[in-house]
Amino acid sequence: MTWSATARGAHQPDNTAFTQQRLPAWQPLLSASIALPLFFCAGLAFIGLGLGLYYSSNGIKELEYDYTGDLGTSNCSVCAAAGQGRSPPPRCSCAWYFSLPELFQGPVYLYYELTNFYQNYRRYGVSRDDEQLSGLPSALRHPANECAPYQLSAAGLPIAPCGAIANSLFNDSFSLWHQRRAGGPYVEVPLDRTGIAWWTDYHVKFRNPPLVNGSLALAFQGTAPPPNWHRPVYDLSTDPNNTGFINQDFVVWMRTAALPTFRKLYARIRQGNYSTGLPRGAYRVNITYNYPVRAFGGHKLIIFSSISWMGGKNPFLGIAYLVVGSLCILMGFVMLVVYIRYQDQNDEDEDEE
Amino acid sequence: MEQEPAAAEEPGSPEARRRRRRRREGRTRTVRSNLLPPPGAEDPGTSVAKGARRRCAGTQHLADNRLKTTKYTLLSFLPKNLFEQFHRLANVYFVFIALLNFVPAVNAFQPGLALAPVLFILAVTAFKDLWEDYSRHRSDHEINHLGCLVFSREEKQYVHRHWKEVRVGDFVRLRCNEIIPADILLLSSSDPDGLCHIETANLDGETNLKRRQVVRGFSELVSEFNPLTFTSVIECEKPNNDLTRFRGCIVHDSGKKAGLYKENLLLRGCTVRNTEAVVGIVIYAGHETKALLNNSGPRYKRSQLERQMNCDVLWCVLLLVCMSLFSAVGHGLWVQRYQEKKSLFDVPESDGTSLSPVTAAVYSFLTMIIVLQVLIPISLYVSIEIVKVCQVHFINQDIELYDEETDSQLQCRALNITEDLGQIQYIFSDKTGTLTENKMVFRRCTVSGVEYSHDANARRLARYQEADSEEEEVVPRGGSLPQRGSSGSHQSVRIVHRSQSTRSHRRTGSRAEAKLASMLSKHTAFSSPMEKDITPDPKLLEKVSECGRCLAFARHQEHPLAHLSPELSDIFDFFIALTICNTVVVTSPDQPRQKQVRVRFELKSPVKTIEDFLRRFTPSRLTSSCSSIGSVAATKPAHKAGSSFLSTLPNDSALLGLEERLGPPAPALASNGYSSGARGWAAQCAAAREPQPEPEPEPHSEPQPQPGPEGELRYEAESPDEAALVYAARAYNCKLVDRLHDQVSVELPHLGRLTFELLHTLGFDSIRKRMSVVIRHPLTDEINVYTKGADSVVMDLLLPCSADDARGRHQKKIRSKTQNYLNLYAVEGLRTLCIAKRVLSKEEYACWLQSHLEAESALDNREELLFQSALRLETNLHLLGATGIEDRLQDGVPETIAKLRQAGLQIWVLTGDKQETAINIAYACKLLDHNEEVITLNAESQEVCAALLDQCLHYVQSRSPHSAPEKTAGSLSVGFSPVYPPSTVTTAGPSLSLVIDGRSLAYALEKNLEDKFLFLAKQCRSVLCCRSTPLQKSMVVKLVRSKLKAMTLAIGDGANDVSMIQVADVGVGISGQEGMQAVMASDFAVPRFRYLERLLIVHGHWCYSRLANMVLYFFYKNTMFVGLLFWFQFYCGFSASAMIDQWYLIFFNLLFSSLPQLVTGVLDKDVPADVLLTKPQLYTSGQNREEYRPRTFWLNMADAAFQSLVCFFIPYLAYYDSDTDVFTWGTPITAIALFTFLLHLGIETKTWTWLNWTACGFSILLFFTVALIYNASCATCYPPSNPYWTMQTLMGDPVFYLTCLIAPVAALLPRLFCKALQGSLFPTQLQLARQLAKRSPEKLSAPKGTFAQGHVPGEPRTEPSEQRSLRASGSFSQDCGSQASWHAQQPACSPEASGEPSVVDMGMPLREDALLEGLSGQTPGASSPGQVVLEGCPRYSRRKPTSTSRAAPLSSIFSLPSFSSLSWISSLSLVSGLGSVLQFSRSGLQMDKRDGEFLASRPQPDQDLRGLSGQTTDCF
Repeated sequence: MTWSATARGAHQPDNTAFTQQRLPAWQPLLSASIALPLFFCAGLAFIGLGLGLYYSSNGIKELEYDYTGDLGTSNCSVCAAAGQGRSPPPRCSCAWYFSLPELFQGPVYLYYELTNFYQNYRRYGVSRDDEQLSGLPSALRHPANECAPYQLSAAGLPIAPCGAIANSLFNDSFSLWHQRRAGGPYVEVPLDRTGIAWWTDYHVKFRNPPLVNGSLALAFQGTAPPPNWHRPVYDLSTDPNNTGFINQDFVVWMRTAALPTFRKLYARIRQGNYSTGLPRGAYRVNITYNYPVRAFGGHKLIIFSSISWMGGKNPFLGIAYLVVGSLCILMGFVMLVVYIRYQDQNDEDEDEE
Repeated sequence: MEQEPAAAEEPGSPEARRRRRRRREGRTRTVRSNLLPPPGAEDPGTSVAKGARRRCAGTQHLADNRLKTTKYTLLSFLPKNLFEQFHRLANVYFVFIALLNFVPAVNAFQPGLALAPVLFILAVTAFKDLWEDYSRHRSDHEINHLGCLVFSREEKQYVHRHWKEVRVGDFVRLRCNEIIPADILLLSSSDPDGLCHIETANLDGETNLKRRQVVRGFSELVSEFNPLTFTSVIECEKPNNDLTRFRGCIVHDSGKKAGLYKENLLLRGCTVRNTEAVVGIVIYAGHETKALLNNSGPRYKRSQLERQMNCDVLWCVLLLVCMSLFSAVGHGLWVQRYQEKKSLFDVPESDGTSLSPVTAAVYSFLTMIIVLQVLIPISLYVSIEIVKVCQVHFINQDIELYDEETDSQLQCRALNITEDLGQIQYIFSDKTGTLTENKMVFRRCTVSGVEYSHDANARRLARYQEADSEEEEVVPRGGSLPQRGSSGSHQSVRIVHRSQSTRSHRRTGSRAEAKLASMLSKHTAFSSPMEKDITPDPKLLEKVSECGRCLAFARHQEHPLAHLSPELSDIFDFFIALTICNTVVVTSPDQPRQKQVRVRFELKSPVKTIEDFLRRFTPSRLTSSCSSIGSVAATKPAHKAGSSFLSTLPNDSALLGLEERLGPPAPALASNGYSSGARGWAAQCAAAREPQPEPEPEPHSEPQPQPGPEGELRYEAESPDEAALVYAARAYNCKLVDRLHDQVSVELPHLGRLTFELLHTLGFDSIRKRMSVVIRHPLTDEINVYTKGADSVVMDLLLPCSADDARGRHQKKIRSKTQNYLNLYAVEGLRTLCIAKRVLSKEEYACWLQSHLEAESALDNREELLFQSALRLETNLHLLGATGIEDRLQDGVPETIAKLRQAGLQIWVLTGDKQETAINIAYACKLLDHNEEVITLNAESQEVCAALLDQCLHYVQSRSPHSAPEKTAGSLSVGFSPVYPPSTVTTAGPSLSLVIDGRSLAYALEKNLEDKFLFLAKQCRSVLCCRSTPLQKSMVVKLVRSKLKAMTLAIGDGANDVSMIQVADVGVGISGQEGMQAVMASDFAVPRFRYLERLLIVHGHWCYSRLANMVLYFFYKNTMFVGLLFWFQFYCGFSASAMIDQWYLIFFNLLFSSLPQLVTGVLDKDVPADVLLTKPQLYTSGQNREEYRPRTFWLNMADAAFQSLVCFFIPYLAYYDSDTDVFTWGTPITAIALFTFLLHLGIETKTWTWLNWTACGFSILLFFTVALIYNASCATCYPPSNPYWTMQTLMGDPVFYLTCLIAPVAALLPRLFCKALQGSLFPTQLQLARQLAKRSPEKLSAPKGTFAQGHVPGEPRTEPSEQRSLRASGSFSQDCGSQASWHAQQPACSPEASGEPSVVDMGMPLREDALLEGLSGQTPGASSPGQVVLEGCPRYSRRKPTSTSRAAPLSSIFSLPSFSSLSWISSLSLVSGLGSVLQFSRSGLQMDKRDGEFLASRPQPDQDLRGLSGQTTDCF
């Protein structure tokens, strides 16, 4: 054949699969026949997964209490009323009583929850200085402009920690008391306030400034605490490993929440008798009520929750899987009907010819 | 040397000075030699010194020859490039957004980071520009450093210099095959006649040689040209880009002026050919050369899709503004609500005051614009550009669009309108050279009223068709020899010779060899054997030789021509005219003519003055000398005049000639040029009917200019018609041997070599439509004018013949006969030319000459005067005859047209040809169908045209809603000219065709009629505009474009199509025979018309569908992504904060999700190429913009909104009431978005190659890698976001995976469901085609086998394969549903397929339609088996068609294998039927016996045959 005998022309394109767009390809056709098994398989898998998730979420116990103190709801309303319109609100405490008929399976986590609190407000969210928080001495003295108006105190001292987030630090505190027998004494349940922050936050992101003469207070000399704070940052806790910028409550608070309703971990209950959970009995939570949320319609909640492999209690994922799975199955059936009818048509057509 | 002309010359009269000044300001440049001494050195003359000084000053303004096409320098690059980039509005917008980030109150991101994408985009573009500029610089450098010889004043000789050092005023010496470095005025040539041949291929692609002439006054120099003595001043135009014009004058020292014309200028970039050396002075250099001024770079067009996209981008902007406004209002309210309440999270201004809600809202608005900027896709433009570049690359690389013959591939010259190819609705095509080959083949002629049908020639042409259709077969064609022999015994020797040559040509006819041949003879156009070898008509040949014999006898007598009968005389003149009335350049390969030391006779050049004329003609009249060698033997003492014509011969032969002239007459003439003819004649006289050997010239008597053996002469013509005629004349032994600018040598059968003194050549122009030569006849010594031109013009210029005498009556009869034949030719689709002659008396000539010389020497409106002068000469002509030249259809034109038609394209042919010719070509290429009604519009005036249009519209409207049968019967003929034979239409709904001529078109394009015209044209299946001017062509295109809002494509090959090509949305040039002007103007250049099919139907469709899908996907992606952010605003107080980290936000589009869509945009094939080709209807999806419409856009946006809702709320709910922080929650959303995008793309992707998989994998990998690295890199570095260790934490969180699984699935469920449902219930045509291609590869490969085999003659076809093929076709028609024609052809084709050529009594016309359609539908496969095989088996080389044909997984699915066998049968019959089928099919009246046998039982054999013959036509 003359084809092969001739030399290639200078401009003859390469005859490769790529240049000729002949790469081997999988060409799925979106139609009932291919969608049918897909829908059924996905549906079944999702339903299975959904059931698992649902039950595992259901196994999680949760106990929550709104202590905001709306009128007449609890004894915290006194505190709420007292704090109404006053800034700073007077010190006040209230208590929440509850009883457990059976063991609250541990490990138990104690959360507080705020609602309608916009930690994700843009101007709020940026109002911090990570460098200051990482213990950089220069940043300690010269907080970033983002912190304004909580950058410098009225006296012109740099605020440490600066910014709106730090300023609005949640300052209610809780203590848990257990009454083993009715009428018996309340025994304080030890709350583990360490290890509630992310490991990296506590160890990497947040660092105290270098100590001056072994004293943290001296290191913070020349700075002012945020206006809302009653005590300076180095006095947040007596534990030297939990004070200053590495105070875990503070670290947790500084991890701004995604949504206006959020929880933050307050403590873990895992010590002594309570490592397996909260035994049955009556409990009292002493609440130091400081944090004013009623002004903007927020609520404060306290929550005891156990956790599973998938975190806290949230039945949503399970339900979502179930719903999507069911939808898949439903669609699968529709596809099946379509497929059968379509197939018939096909056969008829073929018979015709 | 730009300078004041007044300073260069002595001051003239004030008036003259004023005029000169005006000219200086206006348009002249003055050039003088650089070799003149520098100012002040020797020349004390103040004026000269002043001039020289000015010259120095002027030098700075004068471009040197350095080529600099680069846009930037190192320094200017950055500012200039940025400036250019900011011309793009989008870039400005994005920079604005980025800069907005620097305002602290509104910033959303780290300012530096926000600049990153913009900078990235700018950098990519800048890099691209830089790279382009660098490659330009490199090529510039290369060109600048080419060498040439420049005369150096210091060294007094030519020295080697670089091109860039050449300056205006330098003397350059060029040798053969050198490229001309600048625009050079030709001052000296080694050619004896001061000629120089150049090839302008680099300039316009024309490969024929153009003749250039030494400036008058310099050509007379006997000695070598010495630049040092050149003191003249050249005045010429300012640099301009008109390649066809150059005017100026050269002022000698003596004050004498001589005009300079285009013929004196050698243009930069051309190549010197056939001339040993030339010397010239540089007039324009560098960027002022005409070649570079013509170079205007690539064109920028905006595609339809891009316009639509820009419109949708505006929608996106609107959406963005709406979202931001909504957000701003929301934020204002939110601030108002929480501010008073002293919320803990409220942040006052830095000065402690609280922000007013309005200010907050304004800030929020601006920040929202920054945050949501992703909605306006910054990467969209870049991505589209990348995709288009890749598409262009793929189109360029397509091997199916590669033409082996010319070794050229398709070129995309416009980079950004590839997708327009998929949306074309109207094709406007030129005819000549586009539909036809523009390879003119002499077909038949009529001389003095007698028709010579050249049957053998027709058969020969038919054989080329066969030869091509069976190209692989190498069986010698001895079988046809005897038959040829029977055409005339006296020809048998010649026939043997011919058949051998035909055989070799036949093989050459195969594409591969043709390619080789074309590569070997790259520089000769129009020289395929088909064009060269004309088989003469025996009758005419005999008459010619008789004529020669008589003349040979009579030559010695007083009036040799008077001895001939009028008919013979006409024949003689006819052939002389064919031979010399042209501008064909005769070359013998690679032999530049030597400059001889020779005596120059005074009669060398064409007559220039009256004195000259008198000197030349008066004595010759007295002595009645004759001046050619052939006639010197005459007894007249013609020493002086006669000898002059020997000047071109080398010296010795000239002497010889002189000797002979002085010697005794004929009997002694045995050793010179014409002796062979004489001998031949003698031999023939002795045995008149004996085979006669071809007159072989004897080498020793045929010196230099005349090459020895036949075939070495090459004719290079400017138009293929000319070459065809010259070759035709050569077939009658009337050989053009040599042409100088003042004489033409012709070799005649019995007369030997005659040399005609060429007095004038009046070139062809499109207004006169004719050309003429004025010669002095060597035999009669008369001055003859031979005119050749369009019949319509020439017939009007004939000498009115009186009806009184017999002679006049005879003439009249001849004329009417000729006119009849002309009509016949036109009906046959031949191009007609009339040949006429006029004998001028000396007085007439002198009179005309005077005016002509005046015209020639006129400086102002010379062209106009020359035109008038030509008109004066070309009157009172005597008709000699007419020729019919066949311009053959290109390969595959009817099939291509049929396919394009099926693809829903309207094809209009706009041609300058006459109506009949055009109509016939239209029939031949199936543009018109005999089933169609042809409306012919020929109006003489505006009113008539209006009336006709109304009438037609009435008619069209009346028939459109189920027309009454009596109305449709018979064709509608309106107009004043005879309409084409009516086609009988008996069925309802035959399609209409419109034929309109140029004059009517002019009326119809008037404002008040154009709507009617368009409406009518819209109703017609095809429109044929004949006799249209280039301007009209472009007007028609413009009209359709603007009024019908249709996408138009114009395709053409010649300069006359340029305007049309430029006006159309897509311009396609055919890089064919007529130069490159059309290609230069075009967006795409294809080697042949048939490639248009693949270009549009395959690549156009792909490009459109890919780009449309990609653009839609882009919008979807961005909307969906922005949606996520927008929903979040409801939960963050509309404060414009984002849960997605700024890095992801900024780089998501750019890095993480860009690659897969690019890969899909470049590679995705919704339907395989072969399916697209076999089912052109799929093209309509692009025309209807099915993929990308406003509706799909909004649906897409709605889906995006839905998906973003799902992708937002699933994580929202999953993390509701948890202790998650912003970025730990935002990162899963980002990941979900990525997965959703990829899955969505997965649903949209139709073909998954490993590249798609890789790209998707890469995207995911990149995202996670970047996220992990970014989240681990620095704890405090990226305020305000703080994502440290987020990803790492998430990777350990099962909820992250769970949400990442459910959200994309849930988001895409509806889309998947709808798509699947739609794919099953209401599949689109495209989906059906895909289904088919996928489902039945095995089924289809079976017919494929038989299909391929069907082309090997003699191979038995097996029954089983037939069955299979039937089934395959059956399944097909079921699959594509609703195609009536497909269903209809099932019963029609099956009996034939099984091998019985019996009648199927369908009786329905539908059947015929289907049959024809089927035939034409499958013929591309039939005509080129190799191609089909290649399509079918992508994994195998195309070199092995037979071995791979079985393995082909996908063959041309719709190619209806049963028809392939039918076509095979018919092609067999056509082999025996030879060429007459063609003829037959055109006229539709005659019928070849053999074909009749075969198909006689058909109800309407002619129709079926038309289909068949159409197909064979395309086997070429």
